[in-house]
Amino acid sequence: MRPAAELLIVLIVLGNLALLGSSRLTGLIRLVAAQGLLLGAVPLLARGQAWTAEILFLAVAAGLLKGVVFPVLLERAMRDAGIRREVEPFVGFSLSQVAGVAILAASFVIARRLPVPPGPLARAATPAAFATILTGLFLIVTRRKALTQALGYLVLENGIYLFGVSIGQRVPLVVELGVLLDVFVAVFVMGIAIFHIRREFDHLDVDRMTELTDWTP
Amino acid sequence: MIAALLAVPALAGLAAFLIRGDRPRRALLAAAALLHAGLTLACWRTLPAPGGWLGLDAPGLLFLTIVSLLFLAAALYALDYLAREESGERVDFVGGGPFSNAPEARFTGCLLLFLATMTAVCVSRRFGLIWVATEATTLTSAPLIYYHRHHRSLEAAWKYLMLCSVGIALALLGNAFLAAAGPELTMDLDTLLAHAGALQPVWLKGAFVLFLAGYGTKMGLAPMHSWLPDAHSESPSLVSALLSGALLNCAFLGVLRGLQVLSAAGLGDFARGLLVPFGLLSMGVAAVFIQGQADYKRLLAYSSVEHMGILALGVGLGGTGVFGAMLHAVNHSVVKALLFLCAGNILAAYKTKSAADARGVLRVLPWTGALWLAGLLAAVGAPPFGPFVSEFAVLKAAADQGRSFVVVAYLSCLTLVFVGMATTGLRMSLGPASRKVEARETPLSVAVPAALALAALVLGVWVPPPLRRLLAQAARTLGGAG
Amino acid sequence: MTDLLAPPLLALAGSPLLLGIVNKTKAAFAGRAGAPLLQPYYDLAKLLGKGAVYSRTTTWVFRAGPAVQLACALTAAAVVPLGGRPAALSFSGDFLLLAGLLAAMRFAGAAAALDAGSSFEAMGASRELQFAALAEPALLLSLAALARACGRLSLAGMFAAHPGGPAPVLAAAALFAVFLAENGRVPVDDPATHLELTMVHEVMVLDHCGPDLAFINYAAALRLWVLGALLLGPLLPRGTGPGTAAAALAGLAVLTGLVESATARLRLVRVPQLLVGAGTLAALAVMLARGGR
Repeated sequence: MRPAAELLIVLIVLGNLALLGSSRLTGLIRLVAAQGLLLGAVPLLARGQAWTAEILFLAVAAGLLKGVVFPVLLERAMRDAGIRREVEPFVGFSLSQVAGVAILAASFVIARRLPVPPGPLARAATPAAFATILTGLFLIVTRRKALTQALGYLVLENGIYLFGVSIGQRVPLVVELGVLLDVFVAVFVMGIAIFHIRREFDHLDVDRMTELTDWTP
Repeated sequence: MIAALLAVPALAGLAAFLIRGDRPRRALLAAAALLHAGLTLACWRTLPAPGGWLGLDAPGLLFLTIVSLLFLAAALYALDYLAREESGERVDFVGGGPFSNAPEARFTGCLLLFLATMTAVCVSRRFGLIWVATEATTLTSAPLIYYHRHHRSLEAAWKYLMLCSVGIALALLGNAFLAAAGPELTMDLDTLLAHAGALQPVWLKGAFVLFLAGYGTKMGLAPMHSWLPDAHSESPSLVSALLSGALLNCAFLGVLRGLQVLSAAGLGDFARGLLVPFGLLSMGVAAVFIQGQADYKRLLAYSSVEHMGILALGVGLGGTGVFGAMLHAVNHSVVKALLFLCAGNILAAYKTKSAADARGVLRVLPWTGALWLAGLLAAVGAPPFGPFVSEFAVLKAAADQGRSFVVVAYLSCLTLVFVGMATTGLRMSLGPASRKVEARETPLSVAVPAALALAALVLGVWVPPPLRRLLAQAARTLGGAG
Repeated sequence: MTDLLAPPLLALAGSPLLLGIVNKTKAAFAGRAGAPLLQPYYDLAKLLGKGAVYSRTTTWVFRAGPAVQLACALTAAAVVPLGGRPAALSFSGDFLLLAGLLAAMRFAGAAAALDAGSSFEAMGASRELQFAALAEPALLLSLAALARACGRLSLAGMFAAHPGGPAPVLAAAALFAVFLAENGRVPVDDPATHLELTMVHEVMVLDHCGPDLAFINYAAALRLWVLGALLLGPLLPRGTGPGTAAAALAGLAVLTGLVESATARLRLVRVPQLLVGAGTLAALAVMLARGGR
């Protein structure tokens, strides 16, 4: 079990760093999809060998939604909007990667100070989960395109999911599915909003949406 | 009972998407709102026993009542509003470009689903469910903000969607922290309260910070409030009224649930110590931005930030402050709904949101003007309206505890807000009309705000005993003094 | 005694052969016959037989450069073990000495290039140092990750420890990028280019000739060997002899040839991103090394 868990964590963290370093939106969406598929396996690893039907169902549902459905929705939004790249983010791609390393280091420090509950996956996954959460926030803050921000939201959500599941949180299936449904609707609504933004503004640059301020008469 | 509370608006909302005719759909909206309000009031007779997934305790019932009655007011107003709205393409009076409305069926459906999700927040007994419901309120209300399909409302809707979703995601992390604090326990409020002593303090503190950041974003606490003025100023006025009066309270309930667990674990002082600075900061930020605010709907939005600050401060002070805060939640909702509905009338008549261009409201729209003036006085905390009583109760709590800094900061913020809002509001109400306006005050568009104004006035002089009992009970539940 | 002397002697004798293998692989991929495997030796012999010409604008810095580079490379060859055997020179913390030697070698090369006073060479030196500034953290972090994963501070100790987990693999991946960058191989620099504007390493040595150029080329070949041995060391199975390790190095040379044939050279502005990525991998390895224990 342990090498599998370790491999999973390393792949997720590498995915974060790759997300910070790439500019092509297709590549970003694929990376998020891969991360989502990996997350589908987390419930299976977190509970040791005792797989119940419930856990299997959750694993399949999460993997399918995070790994297939959300990326397809966002890819469709991307095609409708007709954009391919994140051009000139507020923080450059190399610098973002360096920030990613700093985020990772910070996550390790934070995770070591917290009394992480015992579990086959918890200790190794907690820093990776924090790093994923912070990576998502970083993407939302430093990227211009509405689509990249939506991707950042998904990454943030992935990190929270990883943390919740790896500590063996006892969440009833209904709530877990409710959370997934919420995120699904959120991505769906964001996709629609992206389409409208493209149609109304002829661009997807969030920093150029500045009509609403307090200081213009 | 609780299942019916959820099912009525949810089913009506889904039905509204399918109904073709405008008239039956509007009738459905009003009927669902009435039925929901009736069911809510029926809960006052016998409080359904809390426990399990759904349940109502005193704070839940209080906030549910606010939501339900405000929705009834908004729904009645909506009948008139939707009849007045022209369909088809028309000219945007700010940008000058053409725009059209979203389909009315979608608007009504989302409105009813919005009520269902807010009800769900109030009756949920599990942290996971509270989160799911709160995020769902964001998703059902974002289309409402984008009802008038133009640049500005789209910008506002996107900011609202993104900022609140990210904020609420932090609250989800807070849930996970709470789970980490006691991995053996279920995440149900009653279980957590009963076993609070066994929870790990580090995780609990982290969870509360995340709740405050997450639900606080949705509640509009500074510095996470930046979505609030945009969303409130760009959405249709009855939606602004619901966002400000009902939704912000629901978000606050999320924070309060966290506070309950922390208090039970003996960490109440930590939690309250965080609420006080956030409350004061919100009041301060609002006081600054209210000065010289050119857009009267934004003015009201910042006033909401200020009042949310008062709520957080009151709960943070503890003791009698909690009672004051609960009473203030009621007062603020009533007054803010009154003001936003009046603003809707002014906007419909003057076709501008600029306070400088909408002069002489009293002369052009005598009823609306009078109600607007009364609402403004109530919102800045002038007697004899309700907010004066509750703001005074919070002040008294601070003074009784000898926290002179809080008292001074609180009073200066209130004074600044008073000056800022009164200047703009009076200038709008009095004097000759600034432009040629044909007055169109329909009975319903005036009657609903009038009823709210009456409620604000009554609450200022007399709190009905059942409400007083409920408020006291809610305050005790939240660790304050009744 | 032979145990101690075998690795450095193999390095001295075999390093130009690695260049030959790389070039032969590339030629085979391009469908050419290519130069003979031993061509680098012939070139060195030819250069050593020539006289040197020095420009009047140069100073002693220019003359000392090649010798310093060769000295550094020779010492480095003595520090790095080959396979499971300890190196000729081994002590706790010797990996820092190795990094220092590589840095000194680069400094001597850049200083000599600047001393020539030509803008072309200055440009090359500037690029080389820019890339080095990014490659060096990746190198040091990779070595730190290995030291941490193995709990040893000497290279011989690290090569013998064989820790499990992801850290050595990540460190090796980062070292491969450093290996390509420091030796001026394709994604970073093209050793076969003929356009001065795009050159990095080659343009630095334009003014050197005769024995000086032979020194520099031989030092570069040694560096290829040293970094290759460093990259392979932790990955080779326990008890690998110097012979097998040398064969693995030859395999690495083939791999380098394949990479050079299969990839295009990166645009200059993209190179830092590759090296930052390598540093990121190395940093990740450092953090996981702790978690691995």
